[in-house]
Amino acid sequence: MGYNFIEFKNVSFRYGENMPWVLENVSFQIKSDEWIAIIGHNGSGKSTIAKLMNGLLSPQKGTILIDGMEVNEDTIWEIRKKIGMVFQNPDNQFVGTTVQDDVAFGMENRGVPRQEMLKRLEDSLSAVGMQDYELREPHRLSGGQKQRVAIAGVLAISPQAIILDEATAMLDPNGRKEIMDTIRSVKKKHPLSLITITHDLNEVTLVDRVIVMNKGKVWLEASPRQVFSRKKELLEIGLDIPFIAKLAGHLSQQGMPLKNEPLSHEELLEELWTYHSKM
Amino acid sequence: MNNAFIIGQYVPGESIVHRLDPRTKMVVIFLFVIIVFFANSFWSYALLAVFSLACALFTRIKFSYIIKGLTPVWFLIIFTFLLHLIVTKEGDILFRIFTYPVYAGGVMQGAAISLRFFLLIMVTSLLTLTTTPIEITDAIESLLQPLKKIRFPVHELALMMSISLRFIPTLLQETEKISKAQASRGVDFKTGRVKERIQAVVPLLVPLFVSAFKRAEELAMAMEARGYQGGEGRTKLRELKIQQRDILVFGVFALLIVGLLFTRA
Ligand SMILES: Nc1ncnc2c1ncn2[C@@H]1O[C@H](COP(=O)(O)OP(=O)(O)OP(=O)(O)O)[C@@H](O)[C@H]1O
Ligand SMILES: [Mg+2]
Repeated sequence: MGYNFIEFKNVSFRYGENMPWVLENVSFQIKSDEWIAIIGHNGSGKSTIAKLMNGLLSPQKGTILIDGMEVNEDTIWEIRKKIGMVFQNPDNQFVGTTVQDDVAFGMENRGVPRQEMLKRLEDSLSAVGMQDYELREPHRLSGGQKQRVAIAGVLAISPQAIILDEATAMLDPNGRKEIMDTIRSVKKKHPLSLITITHDLNEVTLVDRVIVMNKGKVWLEASPRQVFSRKKELLEIGLDIPFIAKLAGHLSQQGMPLKNEPLSHEELLEELWTYHSKM
Repeated sequence: MNNAFIIGQYVPGESIVHRLDPRTKMVVIFLFVIIVFFANSFWSYALLAVFSLACALFTRIKFSYIIKGLTPVWFLIIFTFLLHLIVTKEGDILFRIFTYPVYAGGVMQGAAISLRFFLLIMVTSLLTLTTTPIEITDAIESLLQPLKKIRFPVHELALMMSISLRFIPTLLQETEKISKAQASRGVDFKTGRVKERIQAVVPLLVPLFVSAFKRAEELAMAMEARGYQGGEGRTKLRELKIQQRDILVFGVFALLIVGLLFTRA
């Protein structure tokens, strides 16, 4: 069991003096080996939370602790060493002129010696399956490939937490699956806290815990199963639920309530073929 | 959009000139540009010409390709020659074009100056033909290191250059996309009077600028998130190393200078 790696205590944030509060009294904890999803409608404050986590923004009220350290001017560089972040637009976070330059960028910033850099470069590129693209320029890569390079860049600094802010939003279903598979295999190999911010509720089914945001407040913190059992409310706060959950919902409306909220095809199948067997 | 788009005119290769340290190439070419102006006799010009041709041969790039790259400056070279032919009035009169006399001195001087010009441009073009823009950036950063003492932002300059290199193809792709989008809305870039065509560029430039600024903002954020805090304490993946071949080249170049001193009139 991990310890509390990220801790938000009554955090409120707004982008300017006379602007409305974007986050209000947000509190939650994330363990050092936990996989968390943050979901919520557009503008509910998800990206803001992500930026607060590594000091790109700082809150007006409340405190944020990362690995026991309070995020402030003196600690942000230390904290950014611990947290890797992948943004939504694959093009606008690609700094290097080639894949290897981009993966190295974070290591260069941290002053990693060159020999060590070469080794980590190779390891992290093969972890995301991009080892044959070292010398490619970004404009000759697909969006999914660029996103994988971004993840490699994050892995290369061996962070204790990775934040993916809609990292798959601009990709097609294949690209999405590739990225999620990459992430899952990374998570298996290294225990780290993983925070996926997403609109795609299909990505949520795999995580340990979901934080649902609504209008700048934490609306619900629960397991994926519990979250999907509240379909109507999810729809009310502007979230689209996955097909399987919808189907289960319709089944129970038709007088066929399932015992467990199914999260995948297999689970639904299991529920259905055991439906009449009363054991 | 052509995917093999290359900035500048770099021709990939494995020749010794390609593998030279970019700093060596830049320094040698810089010095060459200076010493060309010291040539003043037939043999000194011959020496420089042989050196330049040897450099060109060592790149293993087809000579015709190098010459083709000079097309835009041929006009200037010929113009220089003709200018000297007409203006210089030294030596014997060689022949007359209609009644206008052409002097021997004019021919000599015209030939010398345009040869000088030709050698200069050919040798400098060898740099961009055999060196990637990013190598040139690295070389500039390394060569300008001493300027750091007077607070010249060397690292920032190099970073700026490499980010520009990184984004030029992206912005070109985007320009293409936007111009197609606007063309499909009926904006006509190709016909009409000059004024109309200039006006047609506005709906292209505005979205391009808006998106460039957005990119810049997001990129800055991403760089900061990745721990970028200026050049201080940074290590580098791309490494420049002086090899034996670089020392050899400097040696040959020193001989060239000595040779030039002996052949000068
Ligand atoms: N730089 C900014 N300046 C001012 N207001 C901002 C800025 N960035 C975001 N906001 C506002 O803050 C609110 C929360 O934005 P945020 O980007 O955190 O939402 P989000 O949940 O990530 O949304 P999305 O799903 O669209 O990514 C929005 O109302 C947005 O308009
Ligand atoms: Mg967002």
